[in-house]
Amino acid sequence: MTRAVITVPPHPRRGQVIEIRTLVGHPMETGYRHDNFGRPIPRNIITRFVCTYNGAEICRADFFPAISANPLFTFTTVATESGTLEFTWTGDNDFAHTMSVPIAVE
Amino acid sequence: MTTRRDVLRSAGALVMTLVPVAGRATPATMQEAMRKVVGDAKIQRGKVTLDLPPLIDNGNVVALAVSVASPMTPTDYVKAIHVFNEKNPQPNIVSVYLGPRAGRASIFARVRLADSQTITAIAQLSDGSFWQATQDVIVTTAACAEELS
Repeated sequence: MTRAVITVPPHPRRGQVIEIRTLVGHPMETGYRHDNFGRPIPRNIITRFVCTYNGAEICRADFFPAISANPLFTFTTVATESGTLEFTWTGDNDFAHTMSVPIAVE
Repeated sequence: MTTRRDVLRSAGALVMTLVPVAGRATPATMQEAMRKVVGDAKIQRGKVTLDLPPLIDNGNVVALAVSVASPMTPTDYVKAIHVFNEKNPQPNIVSVYLGPRAGRASIFARVRLADSQTITAIAQLSDGSFWQATQDVIVTTAACAEELS
């Protein structure tokens, strides 16, 4: 069960630049480590993050093994209208997690 | 039950982890990765601010902040921010694609660094120009070091 935490300012004004903080639980196994028997541990990372604002894409990121476990990623956007922010993480082993957060612009 | 065979196996594994991993990123592979993004365009210095702690105790979790001086209007905005390293197994760290709706070109992430090295951030602007900033960091405990214990 994947868990994610999104932080969006509670009452942004129209036109205000807001910071959106995203945190998702994921091991981000690099594929460069070995277990106790010397066998390589296969890579298991999130490769892509996408954020849409009322359906329009506002930020996209490609993650590499150099991103820490439980990826924290912060970006900004302009609060244009009330609606929904949708966050999607996809990665190895058909990993996919989507989370929606309402945004109320004053 | 731990048999003698198990002990020998894990001893073998320990030796393997001590042998340097082949295929590490080098300044040359970083240049190659950067060329893949930039192509033949010239990379200018400036506009980009790269913020990393200069002395890193734990290479597994390093606070990385990149911002680019840009008005972020529909005609003049930052298209993408790419971050590269010299000494991790792979030269890429993260690539972020933005647009005028970002309002401000400013990102933050937590990254892994395998060694003391130079980190490079490259920004692609909407007019096609590329700008970069670099920073030297010292890493006292490298990422992946936990494998040796």
